[in-house]
Amino acid sequence: MIGLGQFLEVLIGGLMSGVLYSLVALGFVLIFKASGVFNFAQGAMVLLAGLALVRSLDLLVAWGFPLWVAIIFGISFAAVIMVITAWLIERLVIGPLVNQDGLTLFMSTIGVTFILEGAAQMIFGSDAYPLRLFPTDVWLLFEDLFPGGILVNKLDVWGGFIAGILVAGLAIFFERTKTGRALRAVADDHLAAQSVGIPISWIWFVVWLAAGLVALVAATVWGTKLGVQFSITFLALKALPVLIIGGLTSVPGAIVGGLIVGAGEKIAEVFLGSYIGGGIEYWFAYVLALAVLLVRPQGLFGERIIERI
Amino acid sequence: MVRNKLILATAVLSGVALATPAAAQNEQFIPILSYRTGAYAVNGVPFANGMADYYNLINERDGGINGVKLLVEECETGYATDKGVECYERLKGKGPTGAAFFNPLSTGITFALTEKTTTDKIPIITMGYGRSDSKNGAVFAYNFPLLGTYWSAADIAIQHIAKEVGGFDKLKGKKISLLFHDSPYGKEPIPMLEVLAKKHGFEFTPIPVTHPGVEQKSQWLAIRQNRPDYVLLWGWGVMNGTAVKEAAAVAYPREKMIGVWWSGAEPDVTPAGDQAAGYKALMLQHGAGKFPVHAEIEKHVYAKGKGLSEPGKVGEVLYNRGMVNAMLGVEAIRKAQEKFGKKPLTGEQVRWGLENLNLSDARLKELGFEVMLKPIKISCSDHEGAREGRVQQWDGKNWKVISDWYTASQSDTEPLVGDVSAKYAAEKNIKPRDCAKES
Amino acid sequence: MLYREAGQFKTTYAEDMAIFPIRQDRMAIAILLGIAFIGVPLLADFDIWPFGSDYLLRAILLPFLILALAAIGVNILVGYCGQISLGSGAFMAIGAYSAYKLGTGVHIPLAWLGFAISIPPLPVLLAILLGGLTAASAGILFGVPSLRIKGLYLAVATLAAQFFFDWVFLRVSWFTNYAPSGSVNAPTLDFFGLNVGTPIERYLLCLIFVTVFAVLAKNLVRGNLGRQWMAIRDMDIAAELIGIRPLYAKLTAFAVSSFIIGVAGALWAFVYLGSWEPLAFSIDRSLQLLFMVIIGGLGSIMGAFVGAAFILILPILLNRIPSELGVPLSTETITHLEFIIFGSLICYLLIKEPHGFARLISLGKEKLRLWPFPY
Repeated sequence: MIGLGQFLEVLIGGLMSGVLYSLVALGFVLIFKASGVFNFAQGAMVLLAGLALVRSLDLLVAWGFPLWVAIIFGISFAAVIMVITAWLIERLVIGPLVNQDGLTLFMSTIGVTFILEGAAQMIFGSDAYPLRLFPTDVWLLFEDLFPGGILVNKLDVWGGFIAGILVAGLAIFFERTKTGRALRAVADDHLAAQSVGIPISWIWFVVWLAAGLVALVAATVWGTKLGVQFSITFLALKALPVLIIGGLTSVPGAIVGGLIVGAGEKIAEVFLGSYIGGGIEYWFAYVLALAVLLVRPQGLFGERIIERI
Repeated sequence: MVRNKLILATAVLSGVALATPAAAQNEQFIPILSYRTGAYAVNGVPFANGMADYYNLINERDGGINGVKLLVEECETGYATDKGVECYERLKGKGPTGAAFFNPLSTGITFALTEKTTTDKIPIITMGYGRSDSKNGAVFAYNFPLLGTYWSAADIAIQHIAKEVGGFDKLKGKKISLLFHDSPYGKEPIPMLEVLAKKHGFEFTPIPVTHPGVEQKSQWLAIRQNRPDYVLLWGWGVMNGTAVKEAAAVAYPREKMIGVWWSGAEPDVTPAGDQAAGYKALMLQHGAGKFPVHAEIEKHVYAKGKGLSEPGKVGEVLYNRGMVNAMLGVEAIRKAQEKFGKKPLTGEQVRWGLENLNLSDARLKELGFEVMLKPIKISCSDHEGAREGRVQQWDGKNWKVISDWYTASQSDTEPLVGDVSAKYAAEKNIKPRDCAKES
Repeated sequence: MLYREAGQFKTTYAEDMAIFPIRQDRMAIAILLGIAFIGVPLLADFDIWPFGSDYLLRAILLPFLILALAAIGVNILVGYCGQISLGSGAFMAIGAYSAYKLGTGVHIPLAWLGFAISIPPLPVLLAILLGGLTAASAGILFGVPSLRIKGLYLAVATLAAQFFFDWVFLRVSWFTNYAPSGSVNAPTLDFFGLNVGTPIERYLLCLIFVTVFAVLAKNLVRGNLGRQWMAIRDMDIAAELIGIRPLYAKLTAFAVSSFIIGVAGALWAFVYLGSWEPLAFSIDRSLQLLFMVIIGGLGSIMGAFVGAAFILILPILLNRIPSELGVPLSTETITHLEFIIFGSLICYLLIKEPHGFARLISLGKEKLRLWPFPY
């Protein structure tokens, strides 16, 4: 009943959209890894970056700049906005809350979420703004092998490509650079790191900035997919199961988690959903995460939690 | 601690601020429950602008309705039911006589308010949305789903499909899917479509999309495999645009997609660009474009700098719908003034005006709504007043009307309206009014 | 000067262990209850501003009381037992929908067994309490993973319950008595022949529920069970070593907390909304409840009330200030400003007092005790 072609198509489509979730999940991982803060504001940061990008882009195009100039300046402008945001968050919110309980820090990022959502929409507008940076048409593969072929969306491929570069870049950053090593030291024990002379507030600014730039990258892809608008903040909820399956502290984990969640939920929705009324993918992703956690409570690639008394 | 006292002081101060009584004069209070923020703002903004601009027109051009000025206040619901209830409670008692009526622009809020408005005796106008069974005014005395319910919409959509395939008998064996927003809004048409599927013998599959509808890949992959002959789209906000884009991605012909009248506005198709060309949607009578009333609004409201919308967006589908909605409310007040006098009226009096509203072609022409609307006549047993619609198609730049007028068949919808409203009456111990005795 | 314990001698163990050992505290609570139970209805009866209009009762106090009750429930789980939950909205929904089913009559056709289970419509009070019990059993079920999963991982895992039940109540039309839109109406609120209809009656009804449950919760957390919860919260391995069974402690916390949340959910649906859909208990509601608990202060019953007031009422106030002062701002700008100010206040409060309002209150008490001669 289920053709192999259809199965492959859903599987590939699922894996691809999973990678797109990973783009959002990566931001969470970066901040949690370095500061132990569960950053609820990641979705709002995607919105802010996207709005800054698309609004400046539209303005520059309207002023008559060629598109490639507009894109370069638009992205730089959005990046500058993210620098300012990261600096302000570190200065005003996270810095003063050093050494506080995880739940308090989580709550403070919720405060940040409200501020970012309000400010971003007040400054840049709350309409839906189309963004076209990547092609959104499709390839049909193996048309001679399967009737209708296997449909692959070019945007998804771009998303996967970008996510790959991003992860490689982050891995090099963490492993090879001085700041990256300092970052890992801070993640291990920020008091010890501080005592050997690592400037902790600088490091935190760097992670928030990195998360902001990851948000900008996510915004280019998701903005092309959905148009930049408030609903983009809901992506944070799709990224949570990805994050948990991969482990809160693992960059490659975010990608693997994305692949598992994407493939799992799409296959469940298409092949199982029709029997029980559909719309199951939202909770299926979480149930999948729950199942993984029961086997590995710290996620697939998370650091093992060792408790001492 | 000092700072915390400051916070406290602000809270107390704001409490005092709430005390200032509203100026009570010869004013009719009209609330607008709108959403200009949140996931559905894209559709909420033009609608709210259209409403506010029309009320403004009445004030600026006519000095109100027969000298009674309109006092309008907006309250932001964000499309959330609990905030809508808060807004309702906040605004229902304002002005000298309380709110004339409410337009919640959300099916969820409509459900939550239905019982409250009946107790408070304030009519609730749900033009083209809300409870489909509230067409039965004998049970739902205070609900007015003017111009068409979802059940009428479903009926019109199927009529159009029948016409395209060459007659109702050709519907047999056809596959029609409904891609719907998984909420009361999206679920309302299902029972009607099931009835029609049985009657005409087409295969009906409902496919839910979880709020807010940003992720629809699996739904569309399923559609790509099943190849339904038609896809009805019952979405709102970001869901519409995403559906059109995904349809393009899986190469489902946009010509075979028919949106409900809430899925057929500019924000639903412009994000998809050329990919949306060919997509069809129902019209709640009117479409986009400018009519004599727009000239009036531009002259009396925008020329004075009091318009709310970007001038380029005046005349968009949802802007026009907000205007139509406001006009029907204003005309109901005018009607009620004939009976109760030219003064601010209570909700109960406006309800009478709504129930006896009768707008002929000539009157619509006077108001500047000719061509946009068909005559509407509301009665106790028919709170819908008109059940007509057309189909429009997006050509990549504009919405084009592509069909004649359809009238939803009462013989299809009426049994369902009767059943469901009778069930509600039994549940709530409402004794239906005898419409023969109402005047 | 007024807040002194001096001279209040405790001569029995019972006095020493009283819920409010200090006389001034007892008086404060008595006055508060007096205002809530007698003052507010009187003021409303005599139409004294702002109690005269329905607005304060129906749109502020009613949701405040019900959400405070739910926040007490969440606080038991998160604040006392240390198990972070983002599934509270789902447990509210379970309470609401099972109360609805029980209040309108349950009919389960078991065709393959040849008979059907039928329960006639139960009285509303019983339906609400049984709704709470149903939520409690679901809570136990979804609490089992907490034995293995901890911290933020658990928080995300509880989202599975949230999304799963959202879906169940949307999709399984049995729960909504096959209503075509999936939106259901509460049965008439009939308590022992007394029809609770007017805002003031509804307010009193919720107030009674909240008072009873707050007292029960307060006593529970002071007792053996509460101490077990707190031991688990502070360090579960150490607690296990001194003989506390994590299974029992965690699951009771889930059960008690879900019970209270379930009752609050039933009240939210029956008394406040009257007609609802699953969206009324969405993830936003769960988050809102968690915010209330964190802002109010983890592990404090009083904090649940203050937190509920802050999270629920502050945005409404912020939203109303401009229009009441006549500042010409569009609702759009007002809402964005509301977001920014609300978010800033949350951050500000947390920086000033990371442990929420409850800590502020106890600090205030300490200062008051020494006033005017602090050392």
